[in-house]
Amino acid sequence: MAEIKNYTMNFGPQHPAAHGVLRLVLELDGEVVERADPHIGLLHRATEKLAEHKTFLQTVPYMDRLDYVSMMSNEHAYVMAVEKLAGIEVPIRAQYIRVMYDEITRILNHLLWLGAVGIDLGAMTMFFYTFRDREDLVDCYEAVSGARMHAAYYRPGGVYRDLPDSMAQYMESKVHGAAAVKRMNENRQGSLLDFLEDFINRFPKHIDEFETLLTDNRIWKQRTVGIGVVTPERALALGFTGPMLRGSGIVWDLRKKQPYEVYDRLDFDIPVGVEGDCYDRYLVRVEEMRQSVRIIKQCIDWLRVNPGPVMAENHKFTPPSRESMKQNMEELIHHFKLFSEGMHVPAGEAYAAVEHPKGEFGIYLVSDGANKPYRMKIRAPGFAHLSSLDEMSRGHMIADVVALIGTQDIVFGEVDR
Amino acid sequence: MMELLQTLEQTGLELLGPFWMPVWTVIKIFAIVLPVMGGVAYLTLAERKILGFMQLRPGPNRVGYWGLLQPLADGIKLLLKELIIPAEANKFLFVAAPVLALAPALAAWAVIPFGEGMVIADVNAGLLYLLAMTSLGVYGIIIAGWASNSKYAFLGALRSSAQIVSYELAMGFALVCVLLAAQSMNVGDIVRGQNNGYGLMGWYFIPLFPMFVVYFIAGVAETNRAPFDLAEDESAIVAGFHTEYSGMGFALFFLAEYANMILIAALTTVMFLGGWLSPVPFLPDSIVWMLAKMSFMLFLFLWFRATFPRYRYDQLMRLGWKVFIPLTLVWVVVVAAWMQTPYWLW
Repeated sequence: MAEIKNYTMNFGPQHPAAHGVLRLVLELDGEVVERADPHIGLLHRATEKLAEHKTFLQTVPYMDRLDYVSMMSNEHAYVMAVEKLAGIEVPIRAQYIRVMYDEITRILNHLLWLGAVGIDLGAMTMFFYTFRDREDLVDCYEAVSGARMHAAYYRPGGVYRDLPDSMAQYMESKVHGAAAVKRMNENRQGSLLDFLEDFINRFPKHIDEFETLLTDNRIWKQRTVGIGVVTPERALALGFTGPMLRGSGIVWDLRKKQPYEVYDRLDFDIPVGVEGDCYDRYLVRVEEMRQSVRIIKQCIDWLRVNPGPVMAENHKFTPPSRESMKQNMEELIHHFKLFSEGMHVPAGEAYAAVEHPKGEFGIYLVSDGANKPYRMKIRAPGFAHLSSLDEMSRGHMIADVVALIGTQDIVFGEVDR
Repeated sequence: MMELLQTLEQTGLELLGPFWMPVWTVIKIFAIVLPVMGGVAYLTLAERKILGFMQLRPGPNRVGYWGLLQPLADGIKLLLKELIIPAEANKFLFVAAPVLALAPALAAWAVIPFGEGMVIADVNAGLLYLLAMTSLGVYGIIIAGWASNSKYAFLGALRSSAQIVSYELAMGFALVCVLLAAQSMNVGDIVRGQNNGYGLMGWYFIPLFPMFVVYFIAGVAETNRAPFDLAEDESAIVAGFHTEYSGMGFALFFLAEYANMILIAALTTVMFLGGWLSPVPFLPDSIVWMLAKMSFMLFLFLWFRATFPRYRYDQLMRLGWKVFIPLTLVWVVVVAAWMQTPYWLW
């Protein structure tokens, strides 16, 4: 009798559907997956170690590069950890701005996820639709920080600067004539808040469009319903957070359960799934986008009528204004010390976590009172999710593994760190 | 037009005598293959443009005006690329497979009538010939997948062969209904059978509507197009059976896929949409109708691709075996019984 051997297949790291640089060794019985073995580490950049050699402020841009599709949320956890250690009180306006940008980031992340999972399951058009909307949101990033991805906008003590009163305009070029430029600049005439409000008003209709293409689509349902079911008990045991946990029906959201910044003043709902399959996780994420729209709307209304400082006035940790720096010896010294030596964070340890678009993103920081952290540990949600891939994909087919990786929303920047 | 052709044939016959026959056939073959190849080239451009419009992007617009020279540029690029043969591959089969994929796709055109009498071979078993030719294409894919000696290619080939075998059945039964209705295996006669003097109302897609739908969906599956493009499911098995192919080898598979698309569009038109017949009685029948109907069917291919997610392998098989084959079997009986009653108007 012939000896039957399982087929082993390399799924990545150079594979069109492997998100980032995931190397997945699949043991197959025909098309059915017997074992899935994710190999990580191909994008390891030693962010945690690097932070030990950088001043507290210099680590902020490294945070952007962890989960590179939800940049500001990563920064948020880090600056919150520093603020907790240093005991800095963040001005309320800065808190609103942070919350608004967190939710913009959530939409950015979920849009990219929706496009990518669409392509993974063969609905290629989704990608182009979601990127149309992402364009406006990265413009919002650009307006406050000058960068479309790696913003480095949040600072310990607040945000880098207040929201701008004008938006960048398109200029005429070989491709876009005067009429086209006028049309493209139509919603850019007012402030950033006007631009964002215009987007928020039209975005729910776009979500409806995405749902028309997918939610009731028979093929889409066949591909996602009942795939990768995780029971609530297993989801907790595996350390799931975020939409993965809520998809399994557990109501857990740091924004509600351990409110940080101004989330306790805002009105929003937490969507949860029932079955814990890919389809529920999809529905949860789509609904989260709608809830983010609600939150952003409330933030815009508040920010319009409440001017104020966006940076704490504690110049041991936050830079003084340029004006006072030029005239005041004390402030000049503060400025010089802050940008050469960096801030000295009191000795101690702190853990701060935010409800990141992918789950609970936490920073554990130990300081010995020097200008650099003694140790930093990043709690990345994707790491826990990816480690459950074997359990989730066992007994499913190859094409389902693609759907699973897709709905786990894996980004290797944070898994490998 | 017809007179011109006849004079040409007469002169040729006088000049070359018995040698005229092969020469004339070769001329006719070129007259079919060249437009088909041109159609394939510009179908790729049309696909990219139409998908572009559906996906909020312009599509190719740099090579030539409106991107019109893009297919040419692509062709030249692929022609000049190195043909890489993997070290562990079976060299003979690896090279032969793309040819096997393309040849049947072109050979099937021999019996497709474009207009009254505009056909290379007016054979009476045309329908059988078509069934034979369209099912031969799968050998190219299986051999390519096996000869590459690559796991992705092998899985792609397995999926493809299973898929084509199961959909071939549904397709065959759908054609049996057409055959019943037309009472002929001659493709030209099938088109003529749809001419009952009321234009559109005479076409077989009305009494055989479920078969029309089944046939076209099975056709999409046969050509490995989205949402049935499992054989080259790029998100799971990289590029399926043609993962290891480069340059002209890849180009031949590409040509075969598009030639098959055009072929399926032509077959659907001939079998169900009245071929070259005009949809309204007061307009003359002509090849223009044939091309217009084919273009519409091709547009559907592209529309599907832009809209639907991809089926999973087992779901695809379930659709084929549990839905299409029972449906076609029942409809064969229904049509056969219906034809015995006076209510059969076709």
